[in-house]
Amino acid sequence: MGCALQFRNVTLGYDRHPAVHHLDGEVASGALVAVVGPNGAGKSTLFKGVVGLLKPLAGRIERDAVTAQDIAYLPQAAEIDRSFPINVYDLVAMGLWRHTGVFGGVGRQARGLIENALAAVGLTGFEDRAIATLSGGQTQRMLFARLLLQDARVIVLDEPFNAVDAKTSADLFGLIQRWHGEERTVLTAMHDIDFVRANFPETLLLAREPVAWGSTSTVLTPENLLAARRMCEAFDDHAAACAEAGVMTPATRRACSPPPCGEGLGVGVAVVGAGGAASPTPLPNPPPQGGREQTESVAPP
Amino acid sequence: MIYDFLLAPFTEFEFMRRALAGVFALALGAGPIGVFLMLRRMSLVGDAMAHAILPGAAVGFLLSGLNLFAMTAGGLIAGVVVALLTGLVARNTELKEDAALATFYLLSLAVGVTIVSLKGTNIDLLHVLFGNVLALDDQTLLLIAGNATLTLLVLALIYRPLVIECVDPGFMRSVSRAGGPAHFAFLALVVINLVSGFHALGTLLAVGIMMLPAAIGRFWARDITQMIVIATASGVVAGYAGLLLSFHSGVASGPAIILVAGALYIASLLFGRVGGLLRQLFPGRHLEA
Repeated sequence: MGCALQFRNVTLGYDRHPAVHHLDGEVASGALVAVVGPNGAGKSTLFKGVVGLLKPLAGRIERDAVTAQDIAYLPQAAEIDRSFPINVYDLVAMGLWRHTGVFGGVGRQARGLIENALAAVGLTGFEDRAIATLSGGQTQRMLFARLLLQDARVIVLDEPFNAVDAKTSADLFGLIQRWHGEERTVLTAMHDIDFVRANFPETLLLAREPVAWGSTSTVLTPENLLAARRMCEAFDDHAAACAEAGVMTPATRRACSPPPCGEGLGVGVAVVGAGGAASPTPLPNPPPQGGREQTESVAPP
Repeated sequence: MIYDFLLAPFTEFEFMRRALAGVFALALGAGPIGVFLMLRRMSLVGDAMAHAILPGAAVGFLLSGLNLFAMTAGGLIAGVVVALLTGLVARNTELKEDAALATFYLLSLAVGVTIVSLKGTNIDLLHVLFGNVLALDDQTLLLIAGNATLTLLVLALIYRPLVIECVDPGFMRSVSRAGGPAHFAFLALVVINLVSGFHALGTLLAVGIMMLPAAIGRFWARDITQMIVIATASGVVAGYAGLLLSFHSGVASGPAIILVAGALYIASLLFGRVGGLLRQLFPGRHLEA
């Protein structure tokens, strides 16, 4: 079993500011990995790098055996124009792009695949509904049906269970398990720590810097979660350029690994409720930070 | 009697037959283009693009008079350059499509007006501004028909990526690079249809035969295919009825065609099956499930 993805000292970010800083590691082919971390930790940025929408600022993401076509990606906020006059069937059918391309027909076999995908997500009978008429959970089911049809070796899901009820989450997680059983590689950004503990064998805890990566039980320890929560979200507009690994001076090291929140930002920020990290609850959002270096620039455009 | 009113103008006068053929061809190409412009929230792009084409056509007119090819080439070049620059800027900078287009069409307009004023002749640009559907010669008719054919062929080719790019651009980017080329091809189609349109209806009204039928389609269909069919059909109807109106009442033919389309639009706005005003006022009792 080889590697689906290899991160070689990868730094990803915006306007030279790192959002994922010096990530090293490998995702084994067929792995089911949860990516966990507070808001602004770089989960979405990492995924954009993996699917090739964002070029690394430094380092490399190697996906030897996997072409861009082999990666299916469900972004956190899909850019779907829900007012567009198209029905559920046609939208799900887009998942067959690899087979149909620009001009290929959708034959009987393909229609069978589409019907199976709709049945697998529980949307049989919704074929002719306009996508504008679906609820949030139904929309997510529809997008999973499209993912099913993409038949990709690597599947990247950015917070797929946001604003989705328990029943829908459970149904959709069933599909993720099915993909895992089919030895597809699945990366999923998650906020529900309990759910990750119960269901994901491997976890990457990210807080701009990778905090820990490995089997879920060793990664999601109270100490690691606390460390992740102390992450600084703000970019420093006056940060020095990051030196290559190995030639760090104390000054560049300081610029390179941002100080804990409250240090060096001019305004002290307390990490509120740090004791909560010891209990296995979802990571709360980091407390709002004072100071000029507020976090607007963190958000990707 | 009915024959005299509805058909005789076309059987008796050749210029009316030519006009009808031209308007039908125009409606065939402009209908689907208008629907895509509307669904991409680019309804005013056609208008801005028409302004961008005007200077090119004017320069062609200046250089070689009322020469079909000079004016067409001038308009095409100006339109395509503006479309390409707009696409490049919108895709690679923070400026959105509308802002990028606004800057370049205004520049194009300014360049055109400057060139015209430098030449210092007081030329009659009324033809370019308002067209004349009743004076279509063979060449112009062929150009319009050729453009409509090209439009339908290219649309058939890029239909799938274009629809996906409209519904879910993020998905399109993740599965294929065809989205960008499809978008540029679509903009090029907008330009050639406007060039067709300005010969018949003038640069300013050419947009009318694109956008009004599209808006009509929106009030009658929930599905993009039906929307395109309805838009094209209403363009054809407006063209025919507009020419009749112009023939019998003596008003200018271009505005008459757009006025008929406008009347159809207002009727759709009021009585349309999908979101028409009356339907909203009197929705009927709610259903059981």
